[in-house]
Amino acid sequence: MTFEERHFWLRRLHSLSGIVPIGGYLAFHLYENYTATRGGEAYNRMVRNLQETPFAIFLEIGIIIVPLLFHGVYGLFVTGTARPNVTSNRYVRNWMYFLQRATGVILFAFVIFHLWTTRLVNIRDHESVDLFRLMQESLQSRWIYAFYIVGILSATFHLANGIWSFSIVWGLTVGPRAQRRMIWVSAAVFLILSFIGIRSIQAFRA
Amino acid sequence: MEVAKDPKTRDGRRTSPVVYDRACLEEVCGSCAMRVNGVARMACTALIDSLAQPVKLEPLAKFPVVRDLSVDRSSMFESLKRVKAWVPIDGTYDLGPGPRMAESERAYAYELSKCITCGNCLEVCPQVNDRSSFMGAAPISQVALFNRHPTGRMLAAERLDALMGEGGLDECGNAQNCVRACPKSIPLTTSIAEMFRATTAHGFRKLFGS
Ligand code: HEM
Ligand code: FES
Repeated sequence: MTFEERHFWLRRLHSLSGIVPIGGYLAFHLYENYTATRGGEAYNRMVRNLQETPFAIFLEIGIIIVPLLFHGVYGLFVTGTARPNVTSNRYVRNWMYFLQRATGVILFAFVIFHLWTTRLVNIRDHESVDLFRLMQESLQSRWIYAFYIVGILSATFHLANGIWSFSIVWGLTVGPRAQRRMIWVSAAVFLILSFIGIRSIQAFRA
Repeated sequence: MEVAKDPKTRDGRRTSPVVYDRACLEEVCGSCAMRVNGVARMACTALIDSLAQPVKLEPLAKFPVVRDLSVDRSSMFESLKRVKAWVPIDGTYDLGPGPRMAESERAYAYELSKCITCGNCLEVCPQVNDRSSFMGAAPISQVALFNRHPTGRMLAAERLDALMGEGGLDECGNAQNCVRACPKSIPLTTSIAEMFRATTAHGFRKLFGS
């Protein structure tokens, strides 16, 4: 690989990491958290099960932290090269381009906050924390609840729209008709994941 | 043009005429692109009776202004050189006729060949700006054109290499304003996606085939 090509591979790696593993993990994460709709006991049992997965810490670092750090930092760098012009070019795709970057920046802040308050808190005896209670208490605050709603919708939008642009970047959808068909896939992912995510977060407030 | 014959300032004094570029007046030379009432377009086909008055003219913002409405588009020609947007036929002897092209290929290539290097696609692109070195849609689409030409294809790998470097294809953010702004209705986003596919294959070929 020549020096010139590092640009190409960085961008492709950024694109790929958004789907595998980050996008895959996001879908799994929202899905597992839906257990909250069955109450605190079921939720904490699910959490314990995950914590007992073999090599859990390596999976957390290798599948979540490292890719997310790369995608997030490179994503901020990519966002830094943008000069959005949605006011003078009011097209849907131009808005999506803008929102992809805006939700990325929101996600960067949200993920740090979310990791800090749920995973890094009591890191020593994390395995004995009553996470359901912890979430319930923290979500008592209207602001934190609102931040979670915004964070979840940003994540689902960012992934859904990312699937659409990923398909172009890797050469899957080339013509305008193929790209239009991909919007349906993208919209379905957004609606389904948003439904699961919002219902789960509501369960902590019930 | 009538205004240019007798240029006056707002308070009626004579002044020097406004400088602007034009040649063909029929949307084929590409020199008259500017922002007319905020929209990047060819001035020669912006008919005055279909515009909101008063008409506001501005030079394209993505190129250095030479004077008034005249801008320097050299950066686009540099990009065309960089991606080798030509068919290599120079030599010391007659190479004979090239291979024939399928009619459907020719017809599609003709659409891509309509590019007049006006710069409107760069003007509306949020990724073409002072913070990035992105070359914009026009030269990328020219690679799509020359890489489907039977003789032009001989430089295909070099053109893809050029697209994979800094300021190339991967700076695109798929905002797709370019295809809307193109006065020649060139399928720019299809060319871009086609090049994404071609560079994906090219990248893997180099990674695993070398
Ligand atoms: C939940 C976490 C995240 C997921 C699931 C995710 C997923 C994705 C996906 C699938 C893409 C599409 C790749 C492509 O267009 O080729 C993408 C693109 C992008 N992401 Fe993320 N991402 C996440 C977090 C972030 C963060 C924290 C940032 C930081 C700002 C960010 C910034 C970007 C940017 C700027 C793009 C557009 C890249 C381009 O079009 O060149 N993302 N993301
Ligand atoms: S004068 Fe040639 S394109 Fe307008």
